[in-house]
Amino acid sequence: MNMLLILIPAALLLGLVGLAAFLWALKSGQFDDLDGASERILIDEEESNRDD
Amino acid sequence: MSAPVEAPAAPADDLSAFVERDEDGTASLNLLVNDVHCAQCIATIEKAMRAEPGVVDARVNLTARRLRLSWRDGAADPGALVGSLDRLGYPAVPYSPAALSGAGRRDEAALLRAVAVAGFAAGNVMLLSVAVWAGGSSGMAESTRALMHWISALIALPTIAYAGLPFFRSAAGALAARRVNMDLPISVAVCVTAAISLAELLAERPDVYFDAALMLLFFLLVGRYLDLRTRGAMRSTAENLAALAAQPATVLRPDGTREFVPAHAVRPGARVLVAAGERIPVDGDILSGRTVIDRSLLTGEAVPEAAMPGDRVHAGTVNAGDPVTLAATAAGDGTLLNEIVRLAEAAEQGRSAYVRLADRAARLYAPVVHALALLAFAGWWGFGGLPLRDALLIGVAVLIITCPCALGLAVPAVQVVACNRLLRNGVLVKAGDALERLAAVDTVLLDKTGTLTFGRPEIVGRDALREEDLSLAASLAGASRHPLCRSVLRTAGPAPVREDVREEAAMGLAAGSGANEVRLGNRAWCGVSGSDGSSPDGPELWLRRPGRAPVRFRFADRLRPDAAALVQWLKRQGFGVELFSGDRAPAVRSTAESLGIDAWKAEARPADKLARLDALQQAGRHVLMVGDGLNDTPSLAGADASISPAAGADLAQTAADIVFQGDRLESVALAIRTARRARRLVFENFALAAAYNVLAVPLAVAGHVTPLIAAAAMSASSVAVTVNALRLGRAGRSPFA
Repeated sequence: MNMLLILIPAALLLGLVGLAAFLWALKSGQFDDLDGASERILIDEEESNRDD
Repeated sequence: MSAPVEAPAAPADDLSAFVERDEDGTASLNLLVNDVHCAQCIATIEKAMRAEPGVVDARVNLTARRLRLSWRDGAADPGALVGSLDRLGYPAVPYSPAALSGAGRRDEAALLRAVAVAGFAAGNVMLLSVAVWAGGSSGMAESTRALMHWISALIALPTIAYAGLPFFRSAAGALAARRVNMDLPISVAVCVTAAISLAELLAERPDVYFDAALMLLFFLLVGRYLDLRTRGAMRSTAENLAALAAQPATVLRPDGTREFVPAHAVRPGARVLVAAGERIPVDGDILSGRTVIDRSLLTGEAVPEAAMPGDRVHAGTVNAGDPVTLAATAAGDGTLLNEIVRLAEAAEQGRSAYVRLADRAARLYAPVVHALALLAFAGWWGFGGLPLRDALLIGVAVLIITCPCALGLAVPAVQVVACNRLLRNGVLVKAGDALERLAAVDTVLLDKTGTLTFGRPEIVGRDALREEDLSLAASLAGASRHPLCRSVLRTAGPAPVREDVREEAAMGLAAGSGANEVRLGNRAWCGVSGSDGSSPDGPELWLRRPGRAPVRFRFADRLRPDAAALVQWLKRQGFGVELFSGDRAPAVRSTAESLGIDAWKAEARPADKLARLDALQQAGRHVLMVGDGLNDTPSLAGADASISPAAGADLAQTAADIVFQGDRLESVALAIRTARRARRLVFENFALAAAYNVLAVPLAVAGHVTPLIAAAAMSASSVAVTVNALRLGRAGRSPFA
């Protein structure tokens, strides 16, 4: 049963990482414009060099 | 006609109130841009704005139709940026994000955070509970079980305190107003469950319900979030009104200089210059200049009307001809535009009295459930002779089992599926309870121009026209943007345009000179007297050329192809159908007769439509309003449910519950059918939840419910309700079937 003392915190930690990732995504505005995100993939960005 | 359209850029002073400045030297401005629709619009705006000197970033939010501009402070002039947006064809209005709809979006984000936290907690606690349940049969040590329960408590209690807040707040609010809502039984069940579980844990006993409480919270939060999403899709009337009212006016000072003034600040009597193509900012009388006025925003009428000095023009209409000077008679609150908006707001308040199905269910549900739990507890303690603790546990089990988890999901799950299905068919449902209200409708009030018809004139009797007349007319018409001329072009097909075409405002076009002059325009322009037997019965154009009798082109607004099918379907389904139009009587009569509508009224003003709507509602009818113009806006806001085509006026779309894209009216039938099916599914879901209660409550009252059974039963009923809602997503038959 000593294994539990490692496994339970490990499980909780992984869950918390997922939760933190989601809350970060929410806070950084990734859910602000759901319609725009689906349209933006259609925009050609060949002359844009912001990603280089 | 060729007068350059002046960019109505507001002076920089006006914008400075909206500019935010950061410490690192960037300034930013938030703009409402109503005409953003697609990827192309996003790319055009962002590319153009980023190319402007000094601009650091430009980001369009398509969902909210907004643009955020950032630039190095001092390196760019916000007024010039807005001006160049305007030249791109995207008129923009500044707003301050704090003042607009901040509350709604904050609520949504807070709820989503609560969903995430509750989901995380429910998943992990369930993991521990499964271990406990499995351990129960394979001999788990007492101390291990206690450890699991303690960890569960450590996760569950803070989560309940945080994620339960939306329910606790709403329940407290309802109690303060001496009402009962669905959140009251939810709050009581969650709190009592958590408290009892903690007490059990401290007493080192096994009946701990943290998993059930968290599952409950998670499912309910998902339902609540879906509900808020369907409602959050709409932008408030006030936001879009700002776009119309913020049009600056060009006032002529007595010394002849010009000055930009916010429309609401123009004093009656001031002289206002309106450039060609500009929206008229105030109500006023024309002092000088002859033009044509596009009144489509106010009346839905597609054909612009001529306006002479002395004529009254209204704010919100567009000057489609030459520049004119007005003497302002009313501005801001006094204009016809604002009167319509006020009517709409007043009418909207009547509708907010609607009580949603879920809340009506809650009024019945909460007292019954609480009485039941109390009875079970009192019965076992007082008469059954159980110890206090056991009787209390039974009461809690009844509360958990009956907690309206399935009920909380019953309505939002169906609504989300119904709205998504409609969205795939180009129908946008903007109000959360719109489908409920639409399902109860028994009378349909239709607008004519732009709703039953396309709202643009088409040539009548093309076969009777000679080809050479048509192509000659087209060679002149190509020089004008008047709707009738465009219609001639559409009918004639591509034709070379003569270069010597002159336009006489409010009269017509001419080409050539002297004896060879060809004219296209109204009957006075072409020298046709009123007594030649062909009285005007709608829009018309005349073509006059040397040595020939004038040729007449008649125009009519064409019905949408499935208008008749829609009216027939509505009548077959037993709806009362009425036609109310601001158009002239002959046109409305012929439309009504061709569609088989007996009840119709022509030349109806916005207040007339609203009065008829009130009369119907007083008589106990539930009315669906279908309309597209600003003149329909009060009725759209006041009707039990309302639908507007996406081609309609912006304000009409804001007031309407449902907006459909495309030319086909079958969307209206589809929306009604979907709403009715959704209502049936909601009732089925209520029945499912009730049936589950009928099965589970006796078990709980009898004291046979363990934490395992409670958790399993609750999940099962929630899943059953959700699966039932998904049945709506399957494609149906043709809407008119």
